[in-house]
Amino acid sequence: MKKELKTEEERIAYNCRKATLLIEKQQEIELTVREKMELQFHLTGCYICRVYEQQSILINRMIRQLFNTQKDEANLNHEFKEKLKQKIAAKLDNN
Amino acid sequence: MRDEIIVNNITERANYEELNPAKWVDEYADYLYNFALKRLNDEALAQDLVQDTFLSALEKSNLFRAESSIRSWLTAILKNKIVDTYRKRANALSGEMRIGSVEDEPEFFDPDLNNWKKKHWPAPFGVEDEDALHNKEFMNVLRKCLFKLPSLWMSVFKLKHLDEEETGFICEKLRITSANYWVIIHRAKVNLRSCLQKNWM
Repeated sequence: MKKELKTEEERIAYNCRKATLLIEKQQEIELTVREKMELQFHLTGCYICRVYEQQSILINRMIRQLFNTQKDEANLNHEFKEKLKQKIAAKLDNN
Repeated sequence: MRDEIIVNNITERANYEELNPAKWVDEYADYLYNFALKRLNDEALAQDLVQDTFLSALEKSNLFRAESSIRSWLTAILKNKIVDTYRKRANALSGEMRIGSVEDEPEFFDPDLNNWKKKHWPAPFGVEDEDALHNKEFMNVLRKCLFKLPSLWMSVFKLKHLDEEETGFICEKLRITSANYWVIIHRAKVNLRSCLQKNWM
């Protein structure tokens, strides 16, 4: 038989879905006082979401690093560039 | 009236001299191409946008202000075109699909209790204490996991982490509500985290 959540505390303690959403929000915006209390209360009793929080912060840092270290090494091919130059020249002549 | 036309022609010509469009391709094309490629991961589309950028820059050369550099002016035009592309991609989907989803996305949380389902429990990666950012293999797994995300989620990530745009700006440009924004961020992160755990450990 499935557990029934009776009190508000119990609902917060079980609600990992909301806690993980608040963990995401917290990294970007200021939570309301109530949200902060809820999250703190949840994390105190939930080891799994504490792991999630640590990993979520790490993943954000990794994504930023991945995006920002892509090198500017691609080159447009010569033919495309020549055609583009011609198009620009044609447009300049028209003005 | 005639005078006005003459004056306009003069400023336009002066601008052209200053802007020197004949040099644009040699000086800025590769830079702009890389800028677009990083944000769209699509070579043909990146090429098209570079071309569009130059051609529309010629049309609005009178809007160029000498206090900004030509490169940053062209980049701003390109960036608008990239955001338009993000929005078009997002709007191509409708209804439920609008937010996007990952293929075979599992239900991570119990539908009644809202706690993690046991088989989806996050477990430590084992790299948290060392410098994960310098762990090439770990970063490669992340790269592959990111690749699986729907394009709208990726657009949000690019705007957030590469261009460091504010939430309000992202919602406005992509025409999504802030509630949907948080749904996307949350689902993207839960899925990414799970993908990392599955493919790393």
